[in-house]
Amino acid sequence: MVLILAYAAVLLSFASGLLALLVNRRAGLLRLGHAAFRRWPAGRRCWTSADAWLEESRYAALLKTTVFRLLGAAGVAAILAGLWVLLGQTSVVTDRIGLGLPWLPWHVRFDGLSGFFYLIIGIAVGAVSLYGPGYVAAYQEEKHPFAVLGLFTGLFVAGMLLVLLADDAFFFMIAWELMSVASYFLVAFQHEHPANRRAAFLYLLMAEVGALAIILGFGVLAAFTDGFTFDALRQAQLSSNWATLAFVLALLGFGMKAGIVPIHVWLPEAHPVAPSHISALMSGVMLKVAVYGLIRFCFDLLGDVHWQWGVVLLVLGTFSALGGILYAMMQPNLKRLLAYSSVENIGIIFMVLGLAVIFMANGFPQLAALGLLAALFHAFNHALFKNLLFLGAGILQHQVHDLNIDTMGGLIQRLPKTSFLFLIGCMSISSLPLFNGFVSEWLAFQTALQVDALDNGVLRSLIPVSAAALALTAALAAACFVKVFGMIFLGLPRSRNAEKAQEVDDRGMLLALKLLAGLCFFFGIFPAFIIDLLNQVARQLLGQALPNDTALSWLRLAPVSHQQASYAPLLVLISVLLAAGAAFRYLRLNPETKTMRRAPAWDCGFGGLNARMQYSCSAFTMPFRRIFAKVWLIDEQIDKDLHGAGDIEVAAIHYRLQVQDHSWPRLYLPIAHAINQLARLVGRIQTGNIRVYLGYSFATLILMLWVVSL
Amino acid sequence: MNWFVAVIQTTLFVALAPLLSGWLKWCKCQLQNRKAPSLLQPYRDLLKLIRKQPVVAEHASWLFIYTPYIVFSAMVLAASVVPLIAVDLPTSASADVIVLVGFFAFARFFLALAALDIGTAFGGMGASREMTISSLAEPAMLMAVFTLTMTASTTNLSLAIEHVLYEGLVLRPSFVFAMFALMLVAIAETGRIPVDNPTTHLELTMIHEAMILEYSGRHLALIEWASQLKLALYGVLIANIFAPWGIARELTLPALGYGLLAIAGKLAVLAVCLAISETLVAKMRLFRVQEYLSFAYLLGLLGMLSHIILEAAR
Repeated sequence: MVLILAYAAVLLSFASGLLALLVNRRAGLLRLGHAAFRRWPAGRRCWTSADAWLEESRYAALLKTTVFRLLGAAGVAAILAGLWVLLGQTSVVTDRIGLGLPWLPWHVRFDGLSGFFYLIIGIAVGAVSLYGPGYVAAYQEEKHPFAVLGLFTGLFVAGMLLVLLADDAFFFMIAWELMSVASYFLVAFQHEHPANRRAAFLYLLMAEVGALAIILGFGVLAAFTDGFTFDALRQAQLSSNWATLAFVLALLGFGMKAGIVPIHVWLPEAHPVAPSHISALMSGVMLKVAVYGLIRFCFDLLGDVHWQWGVVLLVLGTFSALGGILYAMMQPNLKRLLAYSSVENIGIIFMVLGLAVIFMANGFPQLAALGLLAALFHAFNHALFKNLLFLGAGILQHQVHDLNIDTMGGLIQRLPKTSFLFLIGCMSISSLPLFNGFVSEWLAFQTALQVDALDNGVLRSLIPVSAAALALTAALAAACFVKVFGMIFLGLPRSRNAEKAQEVDDRGMLLALKLLAGLCFFFGIFPAFIIDLLNQVARQLLGQALPNDTALSWLRLAPVSHQQASYAPLLVLISVLLAAGAAFRYLRLNPETKTMRRAPAWDCGFGGLNARMQYSCSAFTMPFRRIFAKVWLIDEQIDKDLHGAGDIEVAAIHYRLQVQDHSWPRLYLPIAHAINQLARLVGRIQTGNIRVYLGYSFATLILMLWVVSL
Repeated sequence: MNWFVAVIQTTLFVALAPLLSGWLKWCKCQLQNRKAPSLLQPYRDLLKLIRKQPVVAEHASWLFIYTPYIVFSAMVLAASVVPLIAVDLPTSASADVIVLVGFFAFARFFLALAALDIGTAFGGMGASREMTISSLAEPAMLMAVFTLTMTASTTNLSLAIEHVLYEGLVLRPSFVFAMFALMLVAIAETGRIPVDNPTTHLELTMIHEAMILEYSGRHLALIEWASQLKLALYGVLIANIFAPWGIARELTLPALGYGLLAIAGKLAVLAVCLAISETLVAKMRLFRVQEYLSFAYLLGLLGMLSHIILEAAR
């Protein structure tokens, strides 16, 4: 039953993709129907009535809705499958599909870990399917055919779901490639801009390099066993060095997809250029599939983890988290900013996973379970709030026709609903109490604080330092999202577009946002629901879980014990409401002061407060730019137009600021240069002269003959 | 009974916070040869503000109007978690010290947003500076807190304090470092000299004041009260974590009364120290604050390392 639901999710997403192909095929469809039902009068009558139903004018809209409905059904099926396996007693289901190569049927396995990621994908896809019809309506059919978008969306979702089902390396790679290539086409969807083509190419290149690394990682495992099934790979007896090699390859491959620093460069290029609901899926969900891959590879396939790997994960995660948020802070483009913030969140997940590995290798499976729980919970939360923010960004793009934060402003008056929902996303991502992001970061801190259990002095001092880095990350994230919300929604409108913007009128789009925002709040208040599910995953994967009955109740969260730490979000919420309510009521008792008087804001006596006097994006982040100056490559230029006698009057000042990521010139350009150099060297033997080429062939032939005759 | 004491304690906390500010001002005036206002002046100011009709900027949104309530209730909540006169109260189990830091972050987030809501340059400036300083202060604060929580192996404040009480007077180098770190952070976070000056309205120097420039009437009263509460919270944290003696361990009337006296004495001494330092030290430039806060972080780190090397060596 579980598998039927899981398969149903995959098939429904395939079906939605295929149905999208029919968008311009109304005439053909009618002809086909007539041909099919010609012999059968009842059917023909039926079809004739369908004929009217498939009216020319309604056909396209209907089909688009149906495509997204199917996608939504896939999401619901995925949620049900995930919940079923996490709640039910049947924890592991396996199956075989007779597809693929004749001697290599596809092995399928659906367990707690896959189920949890199914749940994440299901929620995200469900939200996207509500949001999609309204969003794609703005695309012009001639320039951006819906068939392409729908087909690849369906394939992309199906690919992600299949990755989670795979139980052999062969099937895993096919599903992985399906996911990568389908998302490449989605990144390249608006290919008329050269920047988009470049981003898509970079994405494809890095996805394929990553896939190669994953294949090699599986290869190392497979060399020590016979077969490609995960069961066989689990049995592989690797020496420590080979295991480390396999881990490094997997880390490279999955890390590239997840976007950890410094192999994240494709991410801020690719995510902003895809349509918003696709960026939501890529950023909120696809990166999680990479996290799934790494967890599966490390904890399940390799089995015996080494603590050094944990240190590598921890350090990489710390750098990603800090780098991601610092780069995010400087971005004026909203979607680019959100993409960099995904780097940060993936960094946090990797940090906590690193802690889990360290605790696992040191023989504390219960603490490792806590770490894994925190990592998976953060993955879940990130999927929720990042989807919310990307979908919100899509609405802004629709209504303001721009993604530059500096051209917005004052939208809280014009888009009240969107702004409120976006605020919830900002609060969740800044990990403020009462919202879900806080709970997972709190769990991460609790994991880090268990460091006293370890014997190694270096680890005992390294882990708290990285926990402090996590605190810095969280504080910077709060600053970054204060900037985002403040610049976009507050203050005065900075452009005509922002001034004229209106609330989005499509109900589905707002509904998707409401759903996600509601979940962000719900799981911030009742985190125990998810943690119970995650405990199942930890039990299955690590053979150890948190003590269920005492430490984790629905009211109070105490992951280790009541003596060590506890957090009761519901009580906090009730007290906050009481305190605010009391203050509100008391202060408005006096009827004379109950009302407020509206007056112009103080403009320092100069008169005429205008939008250009507000702090802008780059002004807001200037102190950060100065304090962390080494983190970026900053190009700041101020040109003055001078005129008047002796050029002393300044007519205008032009300010230009460019902030760039270090990794591109430091890491990638040298590689690109080296490849160019190599190509030039190879080019030397290509003279273009046929006689020389014949000479090469002759020499090769002689060499071969000699080798053969040895 | 426990819940009742918890509510009483929170009410006391909220009610007495302005008194601490009054005392601090009194001490400062005495040190600076000025005529000091009455100790009750902060209460009078609050009352005056509450009686006035608030004036709100024309294009202020709901965020601006609700922020004072949010900020105030976040601080009240924080006050309910920090043990003032008694440990082992039920409220302290609903949120630990990391959540406490979260409450501060919550209040700050909304204050910064409200500052940006009006669209004046002052608001943006205040918000930007506040977020900068707080994001540097937060890791330093948590580093100091981690030292404490690792020694007591709990993040629950009440239990940590009980642990310190149980151990008795032991000179721990880690605690000394952590205490200095926490003091530096407290000065930065509550906007005192040398980081910020709560009495100035000069655009070059103000941070917190720049954010709340547009507030008036009851809104301003709530925000002022919240910031007095924040000062008191940090004072109580420092006093009760590093010198918890006198705090009530059982809920009897004499024990509670003794606890109240003890914390009043400790806070009075702390306020005198703060007044002296504010009189002696000049306010520093904004871009020197990073050095100041990285020094605080370094102290926290040293505390952590000395805990690991000296106190928990295996």
